[in-house]
This record gives sequence, C-alpha cells and structure tokens, in this order.
Amino acid sequence: MTIKQVSVFLENKTGRINHVTKILAANNINMLAFSMAETTEFGILRLIVSDVEKSVEVLRNANFAVMLTDVVCIACPDVAGSLATILDQLAEHEIFIEYMYAFAKGENANVVIRPNNIDKCINALEQCNCNIVRNQEF
Amino acid sequence: MSRDEMHALQSKRLQKLVNYVYHNVPFYRNKMQAMDVSPDDIRSIGDIVKLPFTTKQDLRDNYPYGLQAAPPSEIVRVHASSGTTGNPTIVGYTRKDLSVWSEVMARCLTAFGVKRDDTFSVAYGYGLFTGGLGAHYGVENLGATVIPTSTGNTDKHIRLIRDLNISGIACTPSYALYLAETLDKMGLSKEDINLRIGAFGAEPWTENMRKEIEERLGLKGYNIYGLSEIMGPGVSYECQEQNGSHINEDHFYPEIINPDTLEQLPHGQQGELVFTTLTKEGMPLLRYRTKDLCTLMEGECACGRTSVRMGRIVGRSDDMLIIRGINVFPSQVESVILEMPEFEPQYMLVVDRVNNLDTLQVQVEVRKDFFSDDIGSMLAMKKRLADKLKSVITISADVKLMEPNSIERSQGKGKHVIDKRKY
Repeated sequence: MTIKQVSVFLENKTGRINHVTKILAANNINMLAFSMAETTEFGILRLIVSDVEKSVEVLRNANFAVMLTDVVCIACPDVAGSLATILDQLAEHEIFIEYMYAFAKGENANVVIRPNNIDKCINALEQCNCNIVRNQEF
Repeated sequence: MSRDEMHALQSKRLQKLVNYVYHNVPFYRNKMQAMDVSPDDIRSIGDIVKLPFTTKQDLRDNYPYGLQAAPPSEIVRVHASSGTTGNPTIVGYTRKDLSVWSEVMARCLTAFGVKRDDTFSVAYGYGLFTGGLGAHYGVENLGATVIPTSTGNTDKHIRLIRDLNISGIACTPSYALYLAETLDKMGLSKEDINLRIGAFGAEPWTENMRKEIEERLGLKGYNIYGLSEIMGPGVSYECQEQNGSHINEDHFYPEIINPDTLEQLPHGQQGELVFTTLTKEGMPLLRYRTKDLCTLMEGECACGRTSVRMGRIVGRSDDMLIIRGINVFPSQVESVILEMPEFEPQYMLVVDRVNNLDTLQVQVEVRKDFFSDDIGSMLAMKKRLADKLKSVITISADVKLMEPNSIERSQGKGKHVIDKRKY
C-alpha cells in the first residue's frame, strides 16, 4: 500500500534541481510530484516519479546520492475539509507526520505523507475508508 | 656594532655551540658523524652550511627530552607547543636561557618605544604557550609595569586599560580587533583609553589589519616574531621605521635556504627561514627549519640598527595553515574524515577572512550509502564531524556537506586547501 519516493541530496547551488529534472526528462521519466526540504546549505529533493527503478539508476549514474523512501499517498476528494478529516484520524491514532506534500490529479487532490509508522498509518487510513493510492495507478 | 664585529661574535658563539651539542646531544653527534663533520671543521659563521638541519619532525621523533642538551637539574622551565599532530614539542629553558629571552624581549619593547613608566598589558595566553610568559618577563626586565591579563574576559580587560591607564598591549592582531569591537559594544572609543603601543604577533597579519587596529585603538602597531622551538616571542621585531623586522642575530642566527635543494641563498632572495640558536643552553638547535618563507635584508636601517632584517612572512614551505593564531595541518582534518565512514575521503579546506576574523570551512562529500531522507539525521552527521574536528584542531570549523563527486579530484598530490586570505 505504500509507494516509493525518490530522495536526492542536493547542495544549495544554482542549477542543481535543473540538473535532476533534465536527466529525468532525457530518460522520459515523468515527475508527478516533488517537494524540496532545505537547510541553509543543502537540500533534499523528494520526488514521485513514473519509473522509480530507472530514476534511481540514471541519477546514480550521474553521481547523485539517491535513496528510496516508503511513503503513503492518499487521494482526497477535492472539497474543503476532506484532508482535515483524514488528519484528525491520524492524530487520534497518534501517528506523527514527518513531512507531507500535495499534488492534484484529475478530480482528486493527492497527498503524500511520510509518517513515523507506516503500518499504523495505513491501518488508520483504512479504518476511515480513505482512498489510498498505489504506485501503478499513476 | 659593525657587521665585522657581529660576524666575529657569531663565529665565536657558533664554535662554542657546536662543541656543546656535539658532546651533549647524541642526535647531533650522530648526524655530524654521518656527514663526516667534526666541531673542528667549524671555524667561522660561514661554516654553518656544513652543519645538519633540524626539523619539527626531529623534535617529535625525539620527544620529550631527546634534543635537550642541559642536564635536568639546570632546566628551570618548560614550554610546549600544540601537539595536535603527534607529539607536542617540549622546550626546556635554563636560567640563562630565560635571562636571554627577557633581554631580547626587552630589546623589542624598547624598539617599539616602551619606557619604564609605561603600563603594559600582556594579553597572550599564559601557560604552555610561550607568548604570555615570554612577553611578561620582557616587560619586567625593561622595568615597565606588567599587567598579566592573559586572554578572555575582554570587558574587564578594557576597564583595566581605561582605569589603570595602560599604554601598551601585547596580543595577536585578531585579538586587538576583537578588543576594538568590544570597546564599541561597551559604548567607548579610543578617546576613552590611552593605548599608545601594540606588540602584535603569533599569526600572519596584513597592512590593512594594521591600519584598522591603529585607527580603532588609537595606537601604533608593531610586528613581533618568534617561535617556541627557537625561544618564543622576541626573535625579531620592527623598529620605528617598520621596514622589515630586526633579528636578534647575536642569539638567533638566520639563514634563507631553498626548501627543495636545501642550499643557502644570498640575502635578498626569497626562501625558507632557518635559525640556529647561538647561545641557548636548554634545547639548542642547529639550523632549525621554520618552514616560514621570507627574505633577509642587510644594510643599515634608517633607525641606526645594523642587524639583519627579515621581510614579511609570505607563506609556508609546508601545508601548515595558521588560522586564528592556531596551527592547522590539512592532514589532521584528513585523519578525522578517514575515521568516519559517512564521508568520502575527499575534502577541501576553504580559509577566508571575514570582518578580520579567520574562518575555516571544511567541505566533505556524503557517501551515497549514508545519505538519508531525514534532514535531522543529515544535520546530526554534520555536527558529529564538526565536533570531532573541534577536538582535534581546537578551533571550530564550519562543515559543509557536498554532493558525491563534487570536490575536484586532482592527479597526483591532492589539492586540499583554498586560502582566500590576502597577505
């Protein structure tokens, strides 16, 4: 029920993100979502892509430090309050969210969540009949 | 003293020194025998080129007392230089050594214009470092009043400068600038204090720093040079002309050599500075290689002194860096990085000077296997390295995590330092 997120280590330097996107483009890999976590001197680019294995391979070949992280992706109805309901549920189950980011896809707003406990998180989401997205659906 | 008289004195002292070390220091006797040189071969100061060199490594290899010539009963004090790579350097002084030291220090202070009625603050560190005690006894010997401030507690220091009407100060040039900043912060200015003379040394500094210190503290700043292996502060000093530093060459005989061929170079040519301690008893050294690069100048100075002068230190013949007055070798940083599997064995030291304070950045590459998606653990990795570096090189470094393969690889001997400071 989890999907694989590609994380890439980047120095804070002009053109680094661009370098990643160019490599993915050259290999015909589609970026569905991304988020940038940054400190004053380095950043971690987190990507949801159409072809995980190939992304890792081409980025590593270009000398990037790359790793895969399990994340949970849910599809919320694109109406006010739908995310609040889901997050309430996670809070009730004492699931801590390390980070999250969202992207729109058709009728739905997709939210990528990195919880402290993946299994517990999926359980909680299933209990509230939340629509959990699996990778191949992209 | 004429040049001929000086050479005669140096020749006499060198002969005596060579006899002394030959019979008291097995290290030198063995070296001289291996070179087939006996004390009788040394008849004048020109014969010094026949003698062996001494290096910092020799001092380390013979730790702690291997190069000491005087018996332990004659040693009255010991100083030690930082021993962050391997053994520290231990230097023992006899009573006569201390008397020579305070004499040469007093000469320096006299050249700076210090008089008996001056009150002089010594703000070099007191302790194993030679700066504090070396300057201290020089001031006492001259007959001025010494205030042994040492380092730290700058607010109190400034109050003393004001309230005790302190007229002179000995410290590192960076500390002088820090003092000026603290003065500002306390809402005071140079009008509130009466500093007249600054004796600055222990680290390289620029003419711009001199101008700024002089402007902000309202004093005249003089360069003082020394190194603990030879004696401590007081080896050479600037006079009122400030055209090179006069060497106390009746005690410390200077040469310039080509660091590659080890040949002696004529005055005026740049090379590595070498000293022979003509009168030292505790740990006399023959032709000690300072690794400092500069030139020697002969000819009478406008101040009237005839002693040889050394120009500004323009660099090092090894890769040692002096950062905030502390000696740092890239190999120390390397040893820390090699111990940590999180990092590639590639690194770059970037040294700069920001607002007159030296900065050190250590760039390292994170190994692909150790990269984490979690910012917190990446920052913890960075802090682990910063803490280890601090414990080894004693100054704090800013660690910068770099992408794999982003630090330039060089063929052969790696380039590990970018020094952006201007001298």
